[in-house]
Amino acid sequence: MKSTARKLALAILLAVALCALFAPQIAPFPYDQQFRDAPHAAPGGRFLMGTDDIGRDRLSRLLYATRVSLLLAPSAALVSVLLALLISIPGASRWRASAHAISGLTSICLSLPWLFLFIILRAELPLNTAPLASALLTFGLMGIAGWAWPARVFTASIREIRQSGWILQARAAGLRGWRIALVHGWPHLRQIAAAQFRILVPAYILSEASLGLLGLGVADPLPSWGNLLQELQHPDTVRSNPWVLAPLGLLITVMVCLESLQASGKAAV
Amino acid sequence: MSHRFLRVLLFAIPLSGATAPKELRFTIAGDPLTFDPLQVSESNSETVRYLTAGVLIRINRVTDQPEPELAESWQVTEGGRSLTFHLRAGLKFSDGSPLTAADVGRTITRALDPKEASPAGDTIRTAEGNPEIRVASSRDITLRYKSPRPGLDRLFDAIGIAPTLTSQKRGTFAPSAGPFFVAEYRPGVSVRLQRNPYYWKRDPEGNPLPVLGFIRLDVQQNRDLELARFLRGELQIINRLDPDSFDRVSKERPEAARDLGASLDSEFLWFNQSPSRSLPEWKRKWFTSSAFRHAVSRAIHRDDIVRIAFRGHAHPAAGPISTANRFWFNTSLRPVVADLPEALRLLASDGFTLRQGVLHDRGGHAVEFSLITNSLSRPRENTAKLIQEDLKKIGIRVNLVTLEFSSLLERISKSLDYEACLLGFSNVDPDPLEEKNVWLSSGAQHPWWPSQKSPATAWEARIDELELKQATAGSREARKRACDEIQRIVVDQEPVIYLVNPDYLCAIAPSLRGVKPTVAPPQLLWNIESLRLE
Repeated sequence: MKSTARKLALAILLAVALCALFAPQIAPFPYDQQFRDAPHAAPGGRFLMGTDDIGRDRLSRLLYATRVSLLLAPSAALVSVLLALLISIPGASRWRASAHAISGLTSICLSLPWLFLFIILRAELPLNTAPLASALLTFGLMGIAGWAWPARVFTASIREIRQSGWILQARAAGLRGWRIALVHGWPHLRQIAAAQFRILVPAYILSEASLGLLGLGVADPLPSWGNLLQELQHPDTVRSNPWVLAPLGLLITVMVCLESLQASGKAAV
Repeated sequence: MSHRFLRVLLFAIPLSGATAPKELRFTIAGDPLTFDPLQVSESNSETVRYLTAGVLIRINRVTDQPEPELAESWQVTEGGRSLTFHLRAGLKFSDGSPLTAADVGRTITRALDPKEASPAGDTIRTAEGNPEIRVASSRDITLRYKSPRPGLDRLFDAIGIAPTLTSQKRGTFAPSAGPFFVAEYRPGVSVRLQRNPYYWKRDPEGNPLPVLGFIRLDVQQNRDLELARFLRGELQIINRLDPDSFDRVSKERPEAARDLGASLDSEFLWFNQSPSRSLPEWKRKWFTSSAFRHAVSRAIHRDDIVRIAFRGHAHPAAGPISTANRFWFNTSLRPVVADLPEALRLLASDGFTLRQGVLHDRGGHAVEFSLITNSLSRPRENTAKLIQEDLKKIGIRVNLVTLEFSSLLERISKSLDYEACLLGFSNVDPDPLEEKNVWLSSGAQHPWWPSQKSPATAWEARIDELELKQATAGSREARKRACDEIQRIVVDQEPVIYLVNPDYLCAIAPSLRGVKPTVAPPQLLWNIESLRLE
């Protein structure tokens, strides 16, 4: 049963990844082509998923958006998790000074008014930024700025792992520090890191949509799941064309598949 | 026995309530900041002021002509220097106290008092100082200026006559002389207005006005909730709808949806022509070239903006004044029609060349600029996307940046760190004198180069001259001639590229009778005393 679920999850993920990879070949139209004779077109023969407000093919935009979001959001989440791991190791150390310093730094980072910082940042950035550069910049910033939450979780987990009975047992058996960390500590921490990664991916995709309101994010005409999801603000659009929900459905599917893969991997361990 | 009698009586009350005065309900976007008619500076207080404050003269929003209100008659004499009002007999405030010329005099004196810092006072004050006020009798009052003041009488449409301020009991509100008075205010929830029993007006049959007993203005910021409440029948009007919401009302309650045609508002874009340090010199050269601006204007398909971004609920704009502004619009102007070959010809005449689909200037720079606009306005964002595609066809790359409103204002009015901006202007007064700050080269809101020390070009100097003429000319016709020439210069030079005039879209429940909607604010409420609910 578990292996069927794993295979299914793998097949779906592979299909999504292939669609994203071969978007230019599969997409029926360029993502920015405006069919001005057919705005808000219903799903049908010419446009399988219909068209958006200004007559762009929804299917083509979804394929390209999957490419942008599936590449950039996990990369940003990976950066955040790696940074958090690097920072939380000294944060969980026995040296009180370094533990306090890291704890203080994390608290400051968590209490910063990020919205206002992003507004200030937008004011400092040049307005003439190509859509792809704007996308890279946004996800890069989110990756760098998003380490604090996972770092707090990792610090607490490392402390807990270090004080657990089996680590004490390993130490009593005469194992060295690095060996305990790699062989006994890391497998436990890895599960937590994977969970944090899975939390950050959709969070970044949705944050990118919000940052679009501040002049950051993936700029038009380049599509992303985030800017496609902005259409959900208008209930009428959803009512007239349910395909508006497709990016959300795809996001949930990908996250469920990742979860299922990890769960079956855990069972195998 | 007595119990049975009481029960019969209680059941009888709701039946007799069938003839009780009815309550009109609609929403305002936020709490009114003041109930003092002389301190009004935002739209929510403005709505309450219009419904409650008594004014000497009322501009008929359909005919655009001043009509007598608390003043039975008035005369403008001495070539526009002097204005005398003759009040109606027996006027009273909503608490029954008499309203005399002395109250009018005190109101105007208070409005002009610098300590009060009254926005209403600013409109009747001139650069030469305050007018001399003389109360001749309990019904006659004269204002005298040192020099002619154009459109003087019309200004009194917005001066609400207030009673002498006495200490108010906590929870009570000052009486008013308009059709309604403020009866209850629950901050963040609602303002309830009650019919003024002493209001002077009668209908043609001699019945006292207003007809409505109460008006409830619910404080509701969320436009989606406002729409849902209207569709459920909880509200009788929606003052302003966006194209999406209008289409929804049209589908679900077609009898309630009303498109009044082009409004006084306009959507436009302009290029930054100021010597801002953030703007490279070669880009400033493009933006100060009228050929470049005309080419951009001719590359834009205004019909597509109307049809796609506004879902058909807009009209191509012909210039700075909307066609809906019947008196002031220069009727010789026509909207610019998209013409790509003409756009390319204009660019070529100014030294631009199109190479492999990319436009280059004389210096070899590829033509590319950023266009900022505010987020959360769906028609405007879609307009920007259509313009981006239109300009791509003449080799210009446009980078769209949507900013939240305060950041956008900071860029266009203070830091001047932007290249082009797409924005709209909500016009509340048909009189173009209100836009003086926009057209004077020294004006703080002069879009393409604010607060110039001296006009940068000869045509801007001419606009300055005409604005001055418009502000001082004695006759409306002389002002109109100056206004026509300003419009012609703006269209010939296109420092601002006008795109469309969005339609005025609203919803009116069929149960509300007597509404005569107009595009001039307050569009649905201007004849509030005659509205009735069935």
